[in-house]
Amino acid sequence: MIDKRFVLLNSEDNVFVCCEKVYSGTNICLEDKTICLLTDINVGHKIARKNISLEQAIIKYGAPIGSAIQAINFGDHVHMHNMKSDYIPSHTRQKKAGEKR
Amino acid sequence: MKGYLRSDGRKGIRNVVLVTYLVECAHHVAKTIVNQSESSDVQLIGFPGCYPNSYSLNIMEKLCTHPNVAGVLVISLGCEGFNREQLAQTVLDSGRPIETLVIQKQGGTQKTINAGLTHIQELMAEAEKVKRVPMGIDELVVGTICGGSDGTSGIGANPAVGHCFDQLIENNATCIFEETGELIGCEQIMAERAITPELGEELLKAVEKAEHYYTAMGYGSFAPGNAEGGLSTQEEKSMGAYAKSGSSKIHGLIKPGDIPKQGGLYLMDVVPDGDPLFGFPNIADSAEIIEMIASGSHLILFTTGRGSVVGSAISPVIKVCANPETYEMLTDDMDINAGKVIKGEASVQSVGDEIYQLVQDVAQGALSKSEALGHQEFILTYKQFEAIGPSCLPTIR
Repeated sequence: MIDKRFVLLNSEDNVFVCCEKVYSGTNICLEDKTICLLTDINVGHKIARKNISLEQAIIKYGAPIGSAIQAINFGDHVHMHNMKSDYIPSHTRQKKAGEKR
Repeated sequence: MKGYLRSDGRKGIRNVVLVTYLVECAHHVAKTIVNQSESSDVQLIGFPGCYPNSYSLNIMEKLCTHPNVAGVLVISLGCEGFNREQLAQTVLDSGRPIETLVIQKQGGTQKTINAGLTHIQELMAEAEKVKRVPMGIDELVVGTICGGSDGTSGIGANPAVGHCFDQLIENNATCIFEETGELIGCEQIMAERAITPELGEELLKAVEKAEHYYTAMGYGSFAPGNAEGGLSTQEEKSMGAYAKSGSSKIHGLIKPGDIPKQGGLYLMDVVPDGDPLFGFPNIADSAEIIEMIASGSHLILFTTGRGSVVGSAISPVIKVCANPETYEMLTDDMDINAGKVIKGEASVQSVGDEIYQLVQDVAQGALSKSEALGHQEFILTYKQFEAIGPSCLPTIR
């Protein structure tokens, strides 16, 4: 069972994609488990479908889209703070991925 | 459907008169002529640099002989490096009228503007005489680009454009998708769709080249807005972008300005050849749009998540918005609401059908939103390319 605010794009994926903004503290039901979101999740962002270990591939659309740079728990926001590209580092307006500031 | 029949046999869906400046120093004069002509069919393009460059000459020749173009007024300062004689000859050879004004010979700014406005009247009168003849979907060339992508792009808008592309290709239209740097990570699955193994090899090499080039530049084709919209990596963005290509076989690999000779799906390799020489492959989305137009695109399908508002000179741009929040915020700029997909209110197929219908409507003269709002963006900068190899355009079907 999956909360309708999240979508699973491929059965191989270890992330869900958010379809409607959900706020921190909201209980959501994923994989028959109810969890409480620790951060706001915006449309288009990803949360973990299962526990993901360090360096494990992040799978979306059934394909690897990068790897974990720390252990990620079921239900956690998956983004640049805990995963990286296996090709070219990403960047924000403030800094490149992995850069300290 | 009807198209404007050009002397070279190509058919256009718009009847544009171009004013083209050949160096930044001639920009103001050219822009003033366009503004004072007070017609949305008189449009400005140009090249800012003073040094010659075979890529920019090639692209300018292809744009000035584009099927949507009826005639050209060239504005030259006089001392710049652009080969205005060759440009004029190419346009004349295509059967289109062209006038060249050289500011230094014309007597300066105001005299060139006055002479230019007279030429524009003549060129517009010539354009009005162009016959409209029946035009089939198989004669359409459609390009697609994504800009301001976010985590919704790959779910709604891009696969819907892919569905539209599949229908266009079934009807033997020509479809172009692009940005090898935004296909990094998809190269293997993409190569399997090539109509020959040799073409598949070329597709792999093109993406590998893009990876090397972007690595050397220090940035991937990834903007801060992509990250704010939930995309974390280049390859994640790529997987979404790749969905625009649909599921048809890939018929060829072209470079900017190469014009496919038969219908089908083509990948455009926009990353320069050789070591990085002139900077980023394309400094903004409009540069890629212009390259797809140079390869003959009559119109462009532009998918967006964060919300791009650009249009283009020469060819209409149709906006397909993936993100329902963005659609609500920027409704006046968006032609298609693909945000319905992520909200569970419509299928990818039904939005794809909607796009396919709008492509035909815009081809028949309906204005896209960006067109009606007056967007006519244009960018052309320095690049270098080698010619494509023989395996890139297999003739078998």
